[in-house]
Amino acid sequence: MSMPTTWKPPSLIENPVLRYGMVVLAIIYFFWSVGTLEIDWERTLKGLPRAGDMISRMFPPDFDRWELLVRGVVESLQMAFAASIVGMIIAIPLSLCAASNLAPKPIYLIARGIIVLSRTFHEVIIAIFFVKIVGFGPLAGLLTLTIASVSFISKMIAEDIENMNMGQVEAIRATGAGFSKLLLYAVQPQILPRYLGVSIYRLDANIRHSTVVGIVGAGGIGMTLTATFKRYDYDFSLAILLTIIALVFLGEIFSNWARGKLR
Amino acid sequence: MVPLRLETTVKKVMLEVKSLAKQYDNGFHALHGVDLLVTEPQVVAIIGPSGAGKSTFIRCINRLVEPTTGSINLNGEEITTLDRTGLRRARCRIGMIFQEYNLVERLTVMENVLSGRLGYVSLLNAFRRNYPPNDVQSAYELLDHVGLSGRHNTRADNLSGGQRQRVGISRALMQNPELLLVDEPTASLDPKTSRQIMRLICELAHERGTPVLVNIHDVGLAQDFADRIVGLNEGRVIYDGLPGDLTSDVLTRIYGEDDWSKTIRRVDDEEENGEPDVLDAGASAE
Repeated sequence: MSMPTTWKPPSLIENPVLRYGMVVLAIIYFFWSVGTLEIDWERTLKGLPRAGDMISRMFPPDFDRWELLVRGVVESLQMAFAASIVGMIIAIPLSLCAASNLAPKPIYLIARGIIVLSRTFHEVIIAIFFVKIVGFGPLAGLLTLTIASVSFISKMIAEDIENMNMGQVEAIRATGAGFSKLLLYAVQPQILPRYLGVSIYRLDANIRHSTVVGIVGAGGIGMTLTATFKRYDYDFSLAILLTIIALVFLGEIFSNWARGKLR
Repeated sequence: MVPLRLETTVKKVMLEVKSLAKQYDNGFHALHGVDLLVTEPQVVAIIGPSGAGKSTFIRCINRLVEPTTGSINLNGEEITTLDRTGLRRARCRIGMIFQEYNLVERLTVMENVLSGRLGYVSLLNAFRRNYPPNDVQSAYELLDHVGLSGRHNTRADNLSGGQRQRVGISRALMQNPELLLVDEPTASLDPKTSRQIMRLICELAHERGTPVLVNIHDVGLAQDFADRIVGLNEGRVIYDGLPGDLTSDVLTRIYGEDDWSKTIRRVDDEEENGEPDVLDAGASAE
C-alpha cells in the first residue's frame, strides 16, 4: 500500500472561496469606512500651520510655576495610590466570589455581573459621572480609579483562582480544614504572587489614568493640564507633559522591577 | 473450632463499606455496590484498569467525592450521613496521600507537614503558623523518619518527586489517622523510588497499626507490599483475597484477556534484591 508523499496542515477555514472571500471583504470594508467618514480635509490642512505655531510656543517648556505642577503631580499620585490600595482590598472578596471553582453559581453570576458592568465603561465616562455627582476635584478621580482597579484586579485574580491546581485544594480539604483554612493554605499561596503582580501593574496603570481623568475635571495633574490648554499656556503645557512622561516612565520601571522580583 | 469463631466475632470493625455506589452527574456509574470490610491494620491494595472506579472509591470514603448510595463505617461512625462539621472532624481522622503529591508548592516543607493538623488549630493560629509544641515536635520527628531532616524550610517546589511524596506521607501521618487513603502513590515516580515509597508507607502504617487502602496500577508492587488485594472492574469487586492467590485467571477477569503469566510473581522467587533500608534510602539517590 503506497502512502501519500505530500501533506499540508489543515486550514482554519476549509472552503477556499470563503477563506479568500473574507479577506477581500475586509479590505473593501476598510476603504469604504475610511471613504464615508466625514473628514474635512480643508480644515485638516489649515490645522498644520497651527500645530507648528503651537509647538513653537511650547518651547522652551516653562517650569516657573513648579509649585502648581508639584501640587498636581502629588494629587495624581495620591489618587492612584489610594485607589490601588482600596481596589486591592475590595478585589479579594469579589474575586473569590467570581471564581467558578469556589463560589456557588448564584454568587458567581452576581460577582461576574459586577465585574463586567464596571468594566463596560471607560474610566473617562465613569469620571464624568462622578464629577456630576461629587463635583470637580480629586474625590471624583479617586472613585473612578477605585472602580477601575477593583474590576481589573478582581477579573485577573478570579481567572487565576479558576486556573489554580485543584489537587492542592483537595489535599488541604482532605486534612479536615474548613473553607477559611482552605483559603489560607491552598488558595492564598497559589495566587499571592499574581495578586501582588497585578496590583503593582494596576498602580502603574492608575498613575497613567490619573492624568487622564483629570481632563474631565476629576482632579490631579490632568486638570492642571486642561487649564493650561484653555489659556494657551503652551509652554507650561509642555512642562506638564514632560512631567507626566517622566512619571509614567518611573511607574513603568518600578512596576517591571517589582514584578520581576516576585517571580 | 469454637474458640476460632469467638475470635472472629471479637475482631474490631475498622472500616466497613457496604454496597457503595456512585453515579456522576454526567450519568456515568463509577461504582456499583462495592463492599469492603477491614478488621485489622492491614495494607489493602486496590488494583484494576483505568476507569474501574479505584480513585472514585477511595475519594468516596472521605467524601471528597459524594457517594450516591451505600454506607461507610469508620470505627463505629457512619460517614455518609455526617453534616459539614461532622465530616470535617471525620476527615481529620483520615489521612490521604496523592499521586501528584498535592503539596502546596509555594509553602515550606514544614508548613505542608503541619497542615496535617489544620483541623485542630484555630484559624488565627493557622494563619500565624502557630502550632502546639507537640505538633511541631512530631513534624520534626516525621521528617527525620522519612529522611528529610534539615529540609523543613525548603519550599515544596524545590523537592524531587520522591522527596515530595515523603512530605505527602508526613502530612497524612501528622493527622494521626485511623485510616490512610493512598491514591496511586507511585504513578509519577521511577521504579526504585516507587518501591522505597511503598515500603515507607507500609512500614509506618504497620508501626502505628493504621489500616491502609492504596490504589495502585502496578500489580507487581501490589503483590510485594500489600497484605490483601482487591480487584475492581467497572465499579465492581472482582477479587478480594491474598496477594499470593492472584492467578492469570483472576487478572484476566480484572483487566481483560492477555498473557498474565509473566506478571504473576510467586512468593518464593520474591527474595531477590537486598535493597537498602528505607532510612538509608531517604538520604541517597534523590
